Amino acid sequence: MQDEPSPEELIKAVADFLRNDIAPQIGGHHAFKLRVSINALDLVARQLKLEQGSDAAEAARLSQILGTQGSLGELNKVLADRIAKGELDLQTPGLARHLWQTTMEKLAVDQPNYASYKRELAK
Amino acid sequence: MQALLGDCVASWYPGASGVTGAVRLSGGASQETWSFDIVHPDGNVGAILRRAPQGYGAAPSRAAGLNAEASLMQLAHEAGLPSPRVMHLLQPQDRLGTGFIMERVDGETIPRKILRDEQFSQARPLLARQLGKVLAGIHGLPLAQLPVLRRMTAAKEITELERDYRSFEWPRPVFELALRWLQERDPGPPAEVTLVHGDFRHGNLIIGPDGVRAVLDWELAHLGDPMEDLGWICVNSWRFGEIDKPVGGFGSREELFAGYQAAGRRVDADRVMFWEVMGTLRWGVMCCGMMQRFRTGPEHSIERAMIGRRSSETEIDLLRLLSPRQP
Repeated sequence: MQDEPSPEELIKAVADFLRNDIAPQIGGHHAFKLRVSINALDLVARQLKLEQGSDAAEAARLSQILGTQGSLGELNKVLADRIAKGELDLQTPGLARHLWQTTMEKLAVDQPNYASYKRELAK
Repeated sequence: MQALLGDCVASWYPGASGVTGAVRLSGGASQETWSFDIVHPDGNVGAILRRAPQGYGAAPSRAAGLNAEASLMQLAHEAGLPSPRVMHLLQPQDRLGTGFIMERVDGETIPRKILRDEQFSQARPLLARQLGKVLAGIHGLPLAQLPVLRRMTAAKEITELERDYRSFEWPRPVFELALRWLQERDPGPPAEVTLVHGDFRHGNLIIGPDGVRAVLDWELAHLGDPMEDLGWICVNSWRFGEIDKPVGGFGSREELFAGYQAAGRRVDADRVMFWEVMGTLRWGVMCCGMMQRFRTGPEHSIERAMIGRRSSETEIDLLRLLSPRQP
């Protein structure tokens, strides 16, 4: 077992330092790149927090829809292939709900401020 | 650079004594944009250089090429469309590579400023309609006068997007769904093939407090279905948070269509929706492409890496289009 603080706590501390102490001192193109870098650290912190739970739920839904077991990557590959072949579509029971759920979980990590996501979250 | 530009300008601009304030604005390794002022006794003149430096002549397969861009801008300018006047086509003796010099148009291209700043508050409600009128003008440019351009169809576009997506070897069930949706609804050849700008959206439009001042970046211009441009400007990624105003965050599809029709052209709303779905998928695939370039390219750019994480934005937008949820 690794010791504390957790990766999530460490990354948050670095992001806060860059945001609060360094960003105000930087100008020009570097200020833009620093902002993007801080956004990347924030994203990693969200992923560390949320990924385990959402991956487990996604794999369970995929096993149910596809009737097969496998890693998350393998299951997604099977789903993609079967949609491409026309074997599964939006009429397939549970598929639309699954894609919505999975996409919402991606946005929660990637871009929680994206307007479409906030709109759907309120539904 | 400034000295080369000075020599170049002196050779075709009577009375010009050189250039000042040359700064590089943007662009990758194969294409550069520079801003500078031509020094003249009657007052300095703002100018823009767009060029591929020597040794970077080969254009990527989708690009129309800088000579074609220059002639399209000049044609648009002469037709009275908001387009900068082309001042000079680069010649070998200029030693600046290939490209052209055009007049600089003042105004804003940054979406968040255009959509939020007070100075554009009068222009914003007018822009959806105005953009319709401008697109009608572009689509009305006579085919016989156009430079050689590639001919695109919906089927070709779907094939290219699918090929690019498959090359990433990363399963995206929502993209698969969108590809199927597009394949099943391909509307076939349009009633009329016209010039298509190909990238008519925020970033490529110079906006002033009075409205559209210039359409830029004709790099992706081609011949095809004019409804493609109307669909692309409606893609949610170009609304920058103003998601209830489909046309660049400015206004409604109805306003865009009204401006287009008032200029004497017909709208096919189903085709526009088809191209909006295509455009949403296209931007998603482009985001994935940025991720690939981050991973394999020499720059190791954090911006490209983070754009890769924006492809999920297009997945939620595709689901909102193809499988909307009830409130």
